[in-house]
Amino acid sequence: MSRIVEEFTKGLWKEIPPFRFVLGLCSVLAVTTSVESAVGLGGGVVFVLIMSNVLVSLLRKIIPDKVRIAVFIVIIASGVIIVELAMQAYFYGLFQVLGIWIPLIVVNCLVLGRAEAFARKESVVLALVDALGMGIGFTMSLTVLASLREIIGVGTWFGISVMPEWYLGFPYIIKPAGAFVCLGGILAIMNVVSARLDAKKREAEAA
Amino acid sequence: MGDYLLFMLSAIIINNILLIKFLGVCPFIGVSGSMDSAIGMAAACVFVNVLATSLCWMVQMFVLEPLGLEYIQTLAFIVVIAALVQLVEIVLQKVAPPLYRALGIYLPLITTNCMIFGVAVLNIREERGFIDAVVYAFSTAAGFSIALILLASIRERFAIGRIPKVLQGFPSGLITAGIVALSFYGLVGLA
Repeated sequence: MSRIVEEFTKGLWKEIPPFRFVLGLCSVLAVTTSVESAVGLGGGVVFVLIMSNVLVSLLRKIIPDKVRIAVFIVIIASGVIIVELAMQAYFYGLFQVLGIWIPLIVVNCLVLGRAEAFARKESVVLALVDALGMGIGFTMSLTVLASLREIIGVGTWFGISVMPEWYLGFPYIIKPAGAFVCLGGILAIMNVVSARLDAKKREAEAA
Repeated sequence: MGDYLLFMLSAIIINNILLIKFLGVCPFIGVSGSMDSAIGMAAACVFVNVLATSLCWMVQMFVLEPLGLEYIQTLAFIVVIAALVQLVEIVLQKVAPPLYRALGIYLPLITTNCMIFGVAVLNIREERGFIDAVVYAFSTAAGFSIALILLASIRERFAIGRIPKVLQGFPSGLITAGIVALSFYGLVGLA
Protein backbone atom coordinates (compact mmCIF):
# COMPACT_ATOMS: atom_id res chain seq x y z
CA MET A 1 0.00 0.00 0.00
CA SER A 2 2.72 2.45 1.00
CA ARG A 3 4.46 1.63 -2.28
CA ILE A 4 1.36 2.71 -4.21
CA VAL A 5 1.16 6.03 -2.36
CA GLU A 6 4.87 6.58 -2.93
CA GLU A 7 4.70 5.89 -6.67
CA PHE A 8 1.70 8.20 -6.98
CA THR A 9 3.11 11.14 -5.05
CA LYS A 10 6.56 11.08 -6.62
CA GLY A 11 4.96 12.41 -9.81
CA LEU A 12 3.48 15.32 -7.92
CA TRP A 13 6.61 16.87 -6.44
CA LYS A 14 9.79 14.81 -6.16
CA GLU A 15 10.00 13.90 -9.85
CA ILE A 16 7.31 16.21 -11.20
CA PRO A 17 7.46 16.35 -14.99
CA PRO A 18 8.53 18.41 -16.81
CA PHE A 19 10.17 20.56 -14.13
CA ARG A 20 12.24 17.88 -12.40
CA PHE A 21 12.19 15.31 -15.06
CA VAL A 22 13.05 17.63 -17.94
CA LEU A 23 11.38 15.65 -20.73
CA GLY A 24 8.81 16.60 -23.34
CA LEU A 25 9.55 20.31 -23.26
CA CYS A 26 8.47 21.11 -26.81
CA SER A 27 4.76 20.74 -26.21
CA VAL A 28 5.05 22.35 -22.77
CA LEU A 29 6.46 25.53 -24.26
CA ALA A 30 4.06 25.61 -27.18
CA VAL A 31 0.66 25.01 -25.54
CA THR A 32 1.06 27.07 -22.38
CA THR A 33 -0.07 30.28 -24.05
CA SER A 34 -3.52 29.68 -22.55
CA VAL A 35 -4.79 27.62 -19.64
CA GLU A 36 -7.46 25.98 -21.79
CA SER A 37 -5.02 24.46 -24.27
CA ALA A 38 -2.68 23.45 -21.44
CA VAL A 39 -5.43 21.49 -19.70
CA GLY A 40 -6.50 19.98 -23.05
CA LEU A 41 -3.03 18.71 -23.85
CA GLY A 42 -2.57 17.55 -20.26
CA GLY A 43 -5.72 15.44 -20.56
CA GLY A 44 -4.47 13.89 -23.79
CA VAL A 45 -1.11 13.06 -22.25
CA VAL A 46 -2.77 11.50 -19.16
CA PHE A 47 -4.84 9.20 -21.37
CA VAL A 48 -1.89 8.14 -23.55
CA LEU A 49 0.32 7.67 -20.52
CA ILE A 50 -2.20 5.45 -18.73
CA MET A 51 -2.84 3.39 -21.83
CA SER A 52 0.83 2.91 -22.67
CA ASN A 53 1.90 2.17 -19.08
CA VAL A 54 -0.87 -0.39 -18.52
CA LEU A 55 -0.37 -2.13 -21.86
CA VAL A 56 3.41 -2.20 -21.56
CA SER A 57 3.13 -3.60 -18.07
CA LEU A 58 0.61 -6.25 -19.14
CA LEU A 59 2.81 -7.30 -22.06
CA ARG A 60 6.12 -6.98 -20.23
CA LYS A 61 6.78 -10.72 -20.26
CA ILE A 62 5.87 -11.13 -23.93
CA ILE A 63 7.73 -8.22 -25.55
CA PRO A 64 11.20 -9.34 -26.68
CA ASP A 65 13.83 -7.11 -25.16
CA LYS A 66 15.55 -6.26 -28.44
CA VAL A 67 12.55 -4.72 -30.16
CA ARG A 68 10.94 -3.25 -27.09
CA ILE A 69 11.34 0.42 -28.11
CA ALA A 70 9.59 -0.26 -31.42
CA VAL A 71 6.75 -2.05 -29.61
CA PHE A 72 6.41 0.81 -27.12
CA ILE A 73 6.24 3.34 -29.94
CA VAL A 74 3.50 1.42 -31.70
CA ILE A 75 1.48 1.19 -28.46
CA ILE A 76 1.92 4.90 -27.79
CA ALA A 77 1.05 5.86 -31.36
CA SER A 78 -2.18 3.83 -31.14
CA GLY A 79 -3.12 5.75 -27.98
CA VAL A 80 -2.38 9.04 -29.68
CA ILE A 81 -4.61 8.13 -32.62
CA ILE A 82 -7.48 7.41 -30.21
CA VAL A 83 -7.00 10.79 -28.52
CA GLU A 84 -6.76 12.53 -31.89
CA LEU A 85 -9.98 11.01 -33.25
CA ALA A 86 -11.89 11.48 -29.97
CA MET A 87 -10.85 15.11 -29.70
CA GLN A 88 -11.75 15.77 -33.30
CA ALA A 89 -15.23 14.34 -32.66
CA TYR A 90 -16.07 15.84 -29.26
CA PHE A 91 -13.83 18.88 -28.70
CA TYR A 92 -13.35 20.29 -32.19
CA GLY A 93 -12.43 23.80 -30.97
CA LEU A 94 -9.67 22.47 -28.76
CA PHE A 95 -8.53 20.14 -31.53
CA GLN A 96 -7.98 23.12 -33.82
CA VAL A 97 -6.16 25.15 -31.15
CA LEU A 98 -3.81 22.31 -30.28
CA GLY A 99 -3.30 21.42 -33.96
CA ILE A 100 -0.06 19.60 -34.58
CA TRP A 101 0.64 19.12 -30.86
CA ILE A 102 -1.80 16.22 -30.52
CA PRO A 103 0.01 13.90 -32.96
CA LEU A 104 3.24 15.13 -31.40
CA ILE A 105 2.34 13.48 -28.08
CA VAL A 106 3.79 10.40 -29.78
CA VAL A 107 7.29 11.85 -29.56
CA ASN A 108 6.77 13.27 -26.08
CA CYS A 109 9.74 11.76 -24.29
CA LEU A 110 7.79 11.59 -21.03
CA VAL A 111 5.51 8.80 -22.27
CA LEU A 112 8.30 6.69 -23.73
CA GLY A 113 10.47 7.47 -20.72
CA ARG A 114 7.89 6.06 -18.27
CA ALA A 115 7.37 2.93 -20.39
CA GLU A 116 11.10 2.31 -20.58
CA ALA A 117 12.08 3.29 -17.03
CA PHE A 118 9.07 2.04 -15.08
CA ALA A 119 6.22 0.15 -16.72
CA ARG A 120 8.30 -2.59 -18.33
CA LYS A 121 9.55 -3.74 -14.93
CA GLU A 122 6.58 -3.27 -12.61
CA SER A 123 3.13 -4.75 -12.03
CA VAL A 124 0.01 -3.38 -13.70
CA VAL A 125 -1.31 -1.63 -10.57
CA LEU A 126 1.97 0.18 -9.94
CA ALA A 127 2.27 1.12 -13.62
CA LEU A 128 -1.25 2.57 -13.55
CA VAL A 129 -0.53 4.53 -10.36
CA ASP A 130 2.73 5.79 -11.83
CA ALA A 131 0.95 6.92 -14.99
CA LEU A 132 -1.74 8.70 -12.96
CA GLY A 133 0.79 10.47 -10.76
CA MET A 134 3.05 11.50 -13.61
CA GLY A 135 0.12 12.52 -15.80
CA ILE A 136 -1.50 14.64 -13.10
CA GLY A 137 1.87 16.16 -12.23
CA PHE A 138 2.45 17.01 -15.89
CA THR A 139 -1.02 18.59 -16.21
CA MET A 140 -0.47 20.56 -13.01
CA SER A 141 2.86 21.91 -14.21
CA LEU A 142 1.33 22.86 -17.55
CA THR A 143 -1.53 24.64 -15.78
CA VAL A 144 0.81 26.56 -13.48
CA LEU A 145 3.01 27.68 -16.36
CA ALA A 146 -0.01 28.53 -18.51
CA SER A 147 -1.72 30.47 -15.71
CA LEU A 148 1.41 32.50 -15.17
CA ARG A 149 1.75 33.25 -18.87
CA GLU A 150 -1.92 33.93 -19.49
CA ILE A 151 -2.41 36.18 -16.45
CA ILE A 152 0.74 38.24 -16.98
CA GLY A 153 0.61 38.14 -20.75
CA VAL A 154 -3.03 38.99 -21.49
CA GLY A 155 -4.57 39.49 -18.05
CA THR A 156 -7.07 36.64 -18.32
CA TRP A 157 -7.38 33.17 -16.78
CA PHE A 158 -9.31 30.50 -18.66
CA GLY A 159 -10.53 33.34 -20.89
CA ILE A 160 -11.98 35.28 -17.92
CA SER A 161 -10.56 38.72 -17.27
CA VAL A 162 -8.80 38.79 -13.89
CA MET A 163 -6.63 41.90 -14.02
CA PRO A 164 -7.83 45.51 -13.47
CA GLU A 165 -9.09 47.28 -16.54
CA TRP A 166 -6.03 49.48 -17.00
CA TYR A 167 -3.80 46.39 -17.38
CA LEU A 168 -2.70 46.23 -20.99
CA GLY A 169 -0.94 42.89 -20.83
CA PHE A 170 2.70 42.03 -21.40
CA PRO A 171 2.81 40.31 -24.81
CA TYR A 172 6.44 39.24 -24.44
CA ILE A 173 5.38 36.48 -22.03
CA ILE A 174 2.93 35.04 -24.54
CA LYS A 175 5.51 35.09 -27.33
CA PRO A 176 7.80 32.08 -27.80
CA ALA A 177 10.75 33.93 -26.29
CA GLY A 178 8.79 34.48 -23.08
CA ALA A 179 8.03 30.77 -22.82
CA PHE A 180 11.71 29.87 -22.46
CA VAL A 181 12.32 32.58 -19.88
CA CYS A 182 9.22 31.64 -17.83
CA LEU A 183 10.13 27.96 -17.76
CA GLY A 184 13.74 28.79 -16.87
CA GLY A 185 12.49 31.04 -14.06
CA ILE A 186 10.19 28.35 -12.66
CA LEU A 187 13.00 25.77 -12.72
CA ALA A 188 15.26 28.20 -10.84
CA ILE A 189 12.53 28.89 -8.23
CA MET A 190 12.03 25.14 -7.77
CA ASN A 191 15.78 24.73 -7.24
CA VAL A 192 15.69 27.39 -4.51
CA VAL A 193 12.66 25.83 -2.81
CA SER A 194 14.03 22.30 -2.81
CA ALA A 195 17.44 23.50 -1.60
CA ARG A 196 15.65 25.17 1.34
CA LEU A 197 13.62 22.04 2.06
CA ASP A 198 16.73 19.86 1.97
CA ALA A 199 18.55 22.19 4.34
CA LYS A 200 15.62 22.06 6.79
CA LYS A 201 15.52 18.27 6.60
CA ARG A 202 19.23 18.05 7.34
CA GLU A 203 18.83 20.41 10.30
CA ALA A 204 15.98 18.33 11.65
CA GLU A 205 18.07 15.17 11.27
CA ALA A 206 21.09 16.76 12.95
CA ALA A 207 19.06 18.00 15.89
CA MET B 1 13.29 31.36 -57.84
CA GLY B 2 12.66 34.45 -55.73
CA ASP B 3 9.67 32.71 -54.22
CA TYR B 4 11.83 29.82 -53.10
CA LEU B 5 14.40 32.16 -51.56
CA LEU B 6 11.71 33.89 -49.55
CA PHE B 7 10.19 30.54 -48.58
CA MET B 8 13.58 29.29 -47.37
CA LEU B 9 14.40 32.50 -45.55
CA SER B 10 11.07 32.33 -43.79
CA ALA B 11 11.61 28.72 -42.72
CA ILE B 12 15.22 29.26 -41.65
CA ILE B 13 15.00 32.51 -39.73
CA ILE B 14 11.60 34.11 -39.43
CA ASN B 15 9.66 31.01 -38.45
CA ASN B 16 12.67 29.30 -36.92
CA ILE B 17 11.54 25.78 -36.14
CA LEU B 18 13.20 25.73 -32.75
CA LEU B 19 12.86 29.20 -31.30
CA ILE B 20 9.52 30.24 -32.76
CA LYS B 21 7.72 26.93 -33.34
CA PHE B 22 9.22 24.94 -30.45
CA LEU B 23 9.93 21.74 -32.34
CA GLY B 24 13.03 19.87 -31.24
CA VAL B 25 13.56 21.59 -27.90
CA CYS B 26 14.72 18.44 -26.07
CA PRO B 27 17.92 17.86 -28.07
CA PHE B 28 18.37 21.63 -28.16
CA ILE B 29 18.65 21.81 -24.38
CA GLY B 30 20.38 18.43 -24.13
CA VAL B 31 23.28 18.79 -26.54
CA SER B 32 23.82 22.53 -26.67
CA GLY B 33 26.31 22.29 -23.80
CA SER B 34 29.31 21.87 -26.08
CA MET B 35 30.12 22.98 -29.60
CA ASP B 36 31.24 19.56 -30.91
CA SER B 37 28.06 17.77 -29.95
CA ALA B 38 25.94 20.64 -31.26
CA ILE B 39 27.58 20.43 -34.68
CA GLY B 40 27.22 16.64 -34.74
CA MET B 41 23.56 16.81 -33.83
CA ALA B 42 22.91 19.58 -36.35
CA ALA B 43 24.47 17.62 -39.21
CA ALA B 44 22.63 14.43 -38.28
CA CYS B 45 19.36 16.35 -38.12
CA VAL B 46 19.71 17.94 -41.55
CA PHE B 47 20.48 14.56 -43.06
CA VAL B 48 17.66 12.62 -41.41
CA ASN B 49 15.10 15.41 -41.69
CA VAL B 50 15.35 15.59 -45.48
CA LEU B 51 15.27 11.80 -45.87
CA ALA B 52 12.41 11.29 -43.41
CA THR B 53 10.28 14.04 -44.91
CA SER B 54 10.59 12.69 -48.43
CA LEU B 55 9.84 9.17 -47.26
CA CYS B 56 6.84 10.21 -45.15
CA TRP B 57 5.50 12.29 -48.02
CA MET B 58 5.65 9.28 -50.32
CA VAL B 59 4.03 7.03 -47.72
CA GLN B 60 1.18 9.50 -47.34
CA MET B 61 0.62 10.00 -51.08
CA PHE B 62 1.18 6.46 -52.37
CA VAL B 63 0.08 4.26 -49.48
CA LEU B 64 -2.18 5.96 -46.95
CA GLU B 65 -4.32 8.08 -49.27
CA PRO B 66 -5.08 5.48 -51.96
CA LEU B 67 -6.04 3.00 -49.23
CA GLY B 68 -8.08 5.56 -47.25
CA LEU B 69 -5.93 5.08 -44.16
CA GLU B 70 -5.16 8.73 -43.36
CA TYR B 71 -6.21 8.26 -39.76
CA ILE B 72 -3.23 6.05 -38.94
CA GLN B 73 -0.84 8.75 -40.22
CA THR B 74 0.69 9.21 -36.77
CA LEU B 75 1.47 5.53 -36.40
CA ALA B 76 2.73 5.13 -39.96
CA PHE B 77 5.05 8.15 -39.81
CA ILE B 78 6.62 7.28 -36.49
CA VAL B 79 7.29 3.73 -37.63
CA VAL B 80 8.79 4.99 -40.90
CA ILE B 81 11.03 7.44 -39.03
CA ALA B 82 12.17 4.89 -36.46
CA ALA B 83 12.95 2.35 -39.18
CA LEU B 84 14.72 4.96 -41.30
CA VAL B 85 16.96 6.03 -38.43
CA GLN B 86 17.98 2.42 -37.82
CA LEU B 87 18.62 1.92 -41.52
CA VAL B 88 20.72 5.07 -41.81
CA GLU B 89 22.73 3.93 -38.84
CA ILE B 90 23.47 0.53 -40.37
CA VAL B 91 24.22 1.92 -43.84
CA LEU B 92 26.52 4.64 -42.51
CA GLN B 93 28.40 2.13 -40.41
CA LYS B 94 29.15 0.04 -43.51
CA VAL B 95 29.58 2.71 -46.18
CA ALA B 96 31.07 5.68 -44.40
CA PRO B 97 32.71 4.73 -41.09
CA PRO B 98 34.24 8.20 -40.46
CA LEU B 99 30.86 9.85 -40.89
CA TYR B 100 29.33 7.20 -38.66
CA ARG B 101 31.89 7.88 -35.95
CA ALA B 102 31.03 11.58 -36.10
CA LEU B 103 27.24 11.26 -36.18
CA GLY B 104 26.66 7.79 -34.74
CA ILE B 105 25.74 8.61 -31.17
CA TYR B 106 23.29 11.31 -32.24
CA LEU B 107 21.29 9.11 -34.58
CA PRO B 108 19.26 7.11 -32.01
CA LEU B 109 18.35 10.37 -30.26
CA ILE B 110 16.78 11.62 -33.46
CA THR B 111 13.86 9.17 -33.39
CA THR B 112 12.33 11.11 -30.54
CA ASN B 113 13.24 14.50 -31.97
CA CYS B 114 9.88 16.17 -32.44
CA MET B 115 11.25 18.24 -35.29
CA ILE B 116 11.54 15.30 -37.69
CA PHE B 117 8.02 14.05 -37.00
CA GLY B 118 6.60 17.57 -36.77
CA VAL B 119 8.00 18.67 -40.14
CA ALA B 120 6.66 15.52 -41.82
CA VAL B 121 3.17 16.16 -40.41
CA LEU B 122 3.26 19.90 -41.13
CA ASN B 123 4.09 19.24 -44.78
CA ILE B 124 0.99 17.07 -45.15
CA ARG B 125 -1.23 19.52 -43.24
CA GLU B 126 -0.11 22.44 -45.41
CA GLU B 127 -0.59 20.32 -48.54
CA ARG B 128 2.89 20.93 -49.95
CA GLY B 129 4.12 19.25 -53.13
CA PHE B 130 7.16 16.98 -53.07
CA ILE B 131 9.78 19.61 -54.01
CA ASP B 132 8.32 22.16 -51.61
CA ALA B 133 8.25 19.58 -48.84
CA VAL B 134 11.91 18.70 -49.32
CA VAL B 135 12.95 22.35 -49.52
CA TYR B 136 10.97 23.03 -46.36
CA ALA B 137 12.59 20.10 -44.57
CA PHE B 138 16.05 21.27 -45.55
CA SER B 139 15.37 24.87 -44.52
CA THR B 140 13.86 24.01 -41.15
CA ALA B 141 16.77 21.72 -40.38
CA ALA B 142 19.18 24.48 -41.37
CA GLY B 143 17.33 26.88 -39.07
CA PHE B 144 17.53 24.30 -36.30
CA SER B 145 21.29 23.99 -36.83
CA ILE B 146 21.81 27.76 -36.72
CA ALA B 147 19.88 28.07 -33.45
CA LEU B 148 21.61 25.05 -31.93
CA ILE B 149 25.09 26.28 -32.81
CA LEU B 150 24.31 29.82 -31.64
CA LEU B 151 23.14 28.55 -28.27
CA ALA B 152 26.04 26.12 -27.93
CA SER B 153 28.55 28.88 -28.54
CA ILE B 154 26.92 30.98 -25.82
CA ARG B 155 26.67 28.11 -23.36
CA GLU B 156 30.32 27.17 -23.83
CA ARG B 157 31.14 30.52 -22.28
CA PHE B 158 29.10 29.57 -19.23
CA ALA B 159 31.69 26.96 -18.36
CA ILE B 160 34.18 29.66 -17.42
CA GLY B 161 31.70 32.23 -16.10
CA ARG B 162 30.33 32.33 -12.58
CA ILE B 163 26.65 31.44 -12.57
CA PRO B 164 24.48 31.39 -9.43
CA LYS B 165 23.96 27.84 -8.26
CA VAL B 166 20.19 27.87 -8.74
CA LEU B 167 20.55 28.84 -12.38
CA GLN B 168 23.10 26.19 -13.35
CA GLY B 169 22.11 23.67 -16.01
CA PHE B 170 18.62 23.86 -17.43
CA PRO B 171 17.44 27.25 -16.06
CA SER B 172 20.34 29.22 -17.53
CA GLY B 173 20.06 27.29 -20.81
CA LEU B 174 16.36 28.10 -21.11
CA ILE B 175 16.74 31.77 -20.23
CA THR B 176 19.55 32.12 -22.77
CA ALA B 177 17.32 30.45 -25.34
CA GLY B 178 14.63 32.99 -24.49
CA ILE B 179 16.96 35.88 -25.21
CA VAL B 180 18.19 34.31 -28.46
CA ALA B 181 14.55 33.71 -29.45
CA LEU B 182 13.83 37.38 -28.85
CA SER B 183 16.47 38.35 -31.40
CA PHE B 184 14.90 36.00 -33.95
CA TYR B 185 11.52 37.42 -33.13
CA GLY B 186 12.77 40.86 -34.13
CA LEU B 187 12.86 39.65 -37.75
CA VAL B 188 9.20 38.63 -37.91
CA GLY B 189 8.14 41.70 -39.86
CA LEU B 190 10.59 40.83 -42.65
CA ALA B 191 8.32 38.63 -44.76
